[in-house]
Parts: sequence; C-alpha cells; structure tokens
Amino acid sequence: MSVLLQQLANGVIQGALIALIALGYTMVYGIIQLINFAHGEVFMVASYGGLATFTLLPDDLKKSPAVALPLMFVGGIVVAVVVAVIMERFAYRPLRGAPRLAPLITALGVSVFLQEAVRVWYPNATSNLPYPKVFPEGNLTLGSVNIAWTGVLLVALSVGLSVILQTYINKSRMGRAMRATAQDPDTAKLMGVNPDRVIVLTFIIGAVLAGVAGVMFGGYLNNINIDMGFQNGIFAFTAAVLGGVGSIRGAVIGAFIIGLIKTLSGQYMPGGTQYDYVWIFVVLILVLVFRPQGLFGEPERVRA
Amino acid sequence: MRKHSVKSAAIVGASLLVLAACGSNKTEGGGTSGGSCDTSKGTLTVGVVAPLSGNLSALGIGIKQSAELAVDEANKKCTVPGFKLTVSAQDDEANPAKGAQAATKLSTDPNVVGVVGTLNSSVAQTVQPILRDKKIPQVSPANTNPSLTRGNDFLTAPKRQFDNYFRVCTTDDLQGPYAANYLVEKAGKKKIAIITDGKTYGEGLAAELSKQVTKKGGTIVGSEKVGEKDTDFSGVISKIKALGPEAVYYGGEYPVAGPLSKQMKDNGLDVPLMGGDGIYDGKFIELGGKEGDLATSVGAPTESLATAKAFVEAYKAKFGKEDYAAYGAFSYDAANAIIGGLAKTLEGGSAWDDSKRDSMLTNVGSYSGSGATGAIKFDQYGDSTNKVLTVYQVTGGKWKDVQTGEFTG
Repeated sequence: MSVLLQQLANGVIQGALIALIALGYTMVYGIIQLINFAHGEVFMVASYGGLATFTLLPDDLKKSPAVALPLMFVGGIVVAVVVAVIMERFAYRPLRGAPRLAPLITALGVSVFLQEAVRVWYPNATSNLPYPKVFPEGNLTLGSVNIAWTGVLLVALSVGLSVILQTYINKSRMGRAMRATAQDPDTAKLMGVNPDRVIVLTFIIGAVLAGVAGVMFGGYLNNINIDMGFQNGIFAFTAAVLGGVGSIRGAVIGAFIIGLIKTLSGQYMPGGTQYDYVWIFVVLILVLVFRPQGLFGEPERVRA
Repeated sequence: MRKHSVKSAAIVGASLLVLAACGSNKTEGGGTSGGSCDTSKGTLTVGVVAPLSGNLSALGIGIKQSAELAVDEANKKCTVPGFKLTVSAQDDEANPAKGAQAATKLSTDPNVVGVVGTLNSSVAQTVQPILRDKKIPQVSPANTNPSLTRGNDFLTAPKRQFDNYFRVCTTDDLQGPYAANYLVEKAGKKKIAIITDGKTYGEGLAAELSKQVTKKGGTIVGSEKVGEKDTDFSGVISKIKALGPEAVYYGGEYPVAGPLSKQMKDNGLDVPLMGGDGIYDGKFIELGGKEGDLATSVGAPTESLATAKAFVEAYKAKFGKEDYAAYGAFSYDAANAIIGGLAKTLEGGSAWDDSKRDSMLTNVGSYSGSGATGAIKFDQYGDSTNKVLTVYQVTGGKWKDVQTGEFTG
C-alpha cells in the first residue's frame, strides 16, 4: 500500500512538470493549429537562463535563497519569453499563410537550432550541469510517503498557474480575443481583434509557463542538460494530444495521466521500469483509435 | 503562396547548414613540432576515438589530452626517427554509430598508425571490426567489458576476438566481483539492489557483480533498468526502496548515477550507491553523488603511483589543469604502446607504408614498458596483465581511495 501511495505521489509530481509544458503546446495549437515542436526547447533554454542568472549574481546574494530563487525564476522566464517571441516573429509569422506542413518542419528546425546553440555557446553545456542548491531542501513525510519539498512546490505552481490561466482565458478581454481567434480568425479580425497580438501573447504565456517549469526542473532534479527539452517535450506533446489538443483542461489532465502511467506501470506492469514509456504510448494509441480528438478535444472543425 | 514555400525552404536549408557547420568542426589536431628531431620522412598520425562532446566528455577529453601528451613527448625525444607524430582526435559522442563513422574516417587515412580508444565498450564493438579490416592496432584505455577480447564465453571458453585490439585496463569480470567482495565482506551490505542503464558496459558489470554477491552469501533483492536519457528516477527508487536494500549498485556512468544518488536520498532511500569505473569522476559528485557512495576503478590511484608522478606533472605543465580524469594515465600508456610498437616497426630507418601493418600489430602486441599505471604488457587475448583495482569512496566531497588490490576470488 505504501508503495502504491509513493508511486502515486511520484506520478503526480512528474505530471505537474509535464502539464506546465503541455499548456504551451496546446494553447499555440488552439490558436494557429501549429504543433510547436520547439516548445520543449523553450523549456530547456529557460532552465539554462535560470542557471545563468544565478551564476551572474553577486556572491552574497547567492547565499540567500529568498532573493536568488525569485531572480532565477525571473531570469528563466525572461529568456524563455525572448526566445519564444523571436521564434514567433522570425520563424512562424512569415509562414502564416503557408501550408501547415511548412511551419511544422520549421518548428523541428528551430528545435534543433536551439539545442545546438546552447550546446555550442553556453559554457560547459556539452555535459550535464549541476543546478544551484537554493531550493528548499528536505522532504515532506506523510505516513510512509516521502515527497521532496521541491516536488510539492512544483505541483502547487503547476495547478495554481493552470487555474489562473483558465480563468484568464475565460474571463478577461484578451482571453476572449484569444478564444475568438481560435474559433474563427477571419471573423475575429472583422470584430477588431488583432490576430498578431493574440498570437504573440499566446507564445508569451506558453513561454512563461515553460520558464517556470524549466527552473523548477533544475531545482527538483538538481541538474540539467540540453536533451531535457526533447525528452520532456515529447511527453508534453503526448499529454496535449491525449487530453485533446487545444483544450487547456485536457492538457493538464493528460499530463497527470502520463505521469501516473509512467510510475505505476514501472511498478506493476511486466518488464518494470525498462518498459514504462511503452505503456504511455499504448494508452496514447488506444485513445487516438477510439477518440481521435483526445479526451477533452472538440472534433476537427471544418474551416471556411 | 509560392513565395512562402521558397522562404520556408530557405529557412529549413539554413537550419541544416547551421547543423552541418556544428557537425563538421570537431576534428582537432594535436601535438607540436618535434623541435630538433629529424622529421624528413613526413607525419604519422595516432588516432583517438572518444566522446569529446556530450555527457561523458569529461572522460573523453582526459583521454584525448593524455594521448596528445604522449605524442608530444615522443616528438621531443625523437622516439620515431624521421617522422613527426600528430594526434587526430575524433568525437564518438559515446554513440556506437558515431564511433563507426570516426573509425572509418581514421581507417581511410594511410598515415594512421594506431588508435587510442574507445571509452565505451558499446562503441568499441562497432569500432573493432572497422579497424581490424585495415589492420590498425586499437588500444583502449577504458573498455572493461570482457567479451571484447575473449568473446561471449569469456569465463569458460575464452577466444581471442580481434587480433588488432588491446587494452591497458583490467576487465569487468574482475571489477564486478572485486566490488562485490568489498560490499559484502568489508562494508557488510548483504542486501543489494541493482539498477542498470541497459548498455553493454553496465549490464556486463552488474551481471558479474551479482554472481559474486550471491557466492559470498549476499542477496540481490531486485534489479531494474533506467533509460540513458531519463531524468526523474522517483519511480525506480520507490520500487527498489520497498525491497529494503542496504546498498544500490548502479551499472552505468556518472551522468545518470549522480542524479540517481541525489534522488535516492531525496526519496528517503539513504543507502550508499556503488558503481564501476564509469561513475568514478568528479562530475559524479557535482551532479549529486553523496557522502559514502562507492566506486571501483581500474588500476591504482594515479596520484599515489610513483610511476604516475611524472605523467601528472607533465600533464599539469602542458594543460595547466589536472583534468586527466579517470582514464588519462591509461590513455597516456595506450598511446605509448602504439608509439613504442611503431618505433620498433620502423627500426633501421625504413619508411611507413601498408606493408608494415602486420609487423606493427605484432610489435604493439609484444610491447612491454613501464607506464603511468604500472607495467604495460598484453596477454594472449590482448588484455592487460595489470589487474589492479581500487575502491574509492566519496569523503568530504571528494573521491578517496579506500582499498587497492587484485581480485583473488
């Protein structure tokens, strides 16, 4: 029993991280029908941004987590947002009217470009880099279940930010503009919505969430490398598809499902942890066969 | 529409160009001019195949620079009269396919006299046959998988696999059991859990350890695999933790082992993690290796060997840092075995051509010298006759040697 509870806790933490990234995938897809494969790299770049911020801090600030930690989040988020905005402006906007395949391939190119750029230009990024120990150390113990405090923080941030995002999109003026653009960009334009502004804002929100995820990832796992964006990006993309691309609730729930499948199948399915990825994709295939639009997605709209 | 597709093609093309530029710029020459020696007959090359980028680059760069040091010294001492030696270092990114490309590139160069490498046993498997076809001697400073020299039945029916392949380090059929003896007898850990990364090196090492643990009266409480690119190990750790191990043995390398050790502690499994030579690097501690973690490595500690002192000093003088890593001294000896074999082959001032390759193989095989890791000599399978192993423990944030010896059963 205690093993089951512990694995559930592990799964929820992994899901929380994936959810933060998956939101970026699903929002961009909702607005411009682009699977932004470079989004995993935005997450990776944010992690390095947070680390660089820490490295540049004066020594006395490094020792006080209360100052260093928020600054690292700010640094990571700023780097992520700048990269995402540049990416949108120069890689995707020129392809706005192009066939859907063109931006998709561009996204793959941007992804490889960002990975290599960090590898070549970030000092010592050719191997894993340790993350500074400014995060709360130690564990929360509930009965027999052990959860690192960084894990608790990760879940809290992930759930909190998803709720704020959902509210923002449902209630605010800009959120309404986003929903309108997603439903019908041409009519939205006629109603006075500036689609370029909406799209940039979507990329920025996705990047902020990826920025938080990037810095938390470093804090939770203690080290980062240039492959982390690819690996977690694939999980996040899968989560978005599982939940129904375009649906915010779907992406978050999909992410938690994936986290739980990974830890529970490693524990209980034949083959153990060696085959835990296999079960994630088995579930994905089953969902796509029986419900192609994903758990919370709407059936594909036919556009005029 | 048309304009857009042209543009997108340009962007894809541009990113490809950037990639190609990144990929091609990894060859680095090494070695300086031979000073006053006669180099009238041209230049010969000692190849190096090791991971110069990626997670294991700390080890790979130590290998490359130590080989450069050996070549430099040979040039200064005119060890091979009439020739200047250089190093051609190829990056294998710890990837067997990349290793094959690197080996092919070196093997097509008629001036390559021998190759130092590889780091990974899995990469050696693809490099061995390519170099054998061109009769190029390969001396590995770091491959510890026994099947590379003696075949899959290395314990019962050993058979030489590649007549061009030699190594200066000892093998996992000794390293695994040596670690097992230390864990069970010295450290008193009877219940061991095993985690591996599924690669040739880690699997072989863990299998040899398991046999000896059982023989000495310990138990293997469970064994799991993790992916080389995994980052969150909480699932594996919870599973292992429920089995109540007193120590965890990890078959693999430090990029996974460091974070794994840290996460074990975070998840309340505060037992020592032990590994082989693949985790014996300062990076392991930097990435989360904790106090009390253990590692075995090949040879005696470099700093403590009288024969290694000259190497360490020369290395520091040349590169300014002591980053020769776990295999630097071995790589230095491997390069010297190749240079020594070459000097003997070209004795009497003959020129280098492909007809010399057979005698070059024989001469490397019969090389014997006193190197930075002790006496360098190869047995009938190409294995080193130096079987010394050392157990290290993380103490005060550093690896400290706790026991050096040979495996005696």
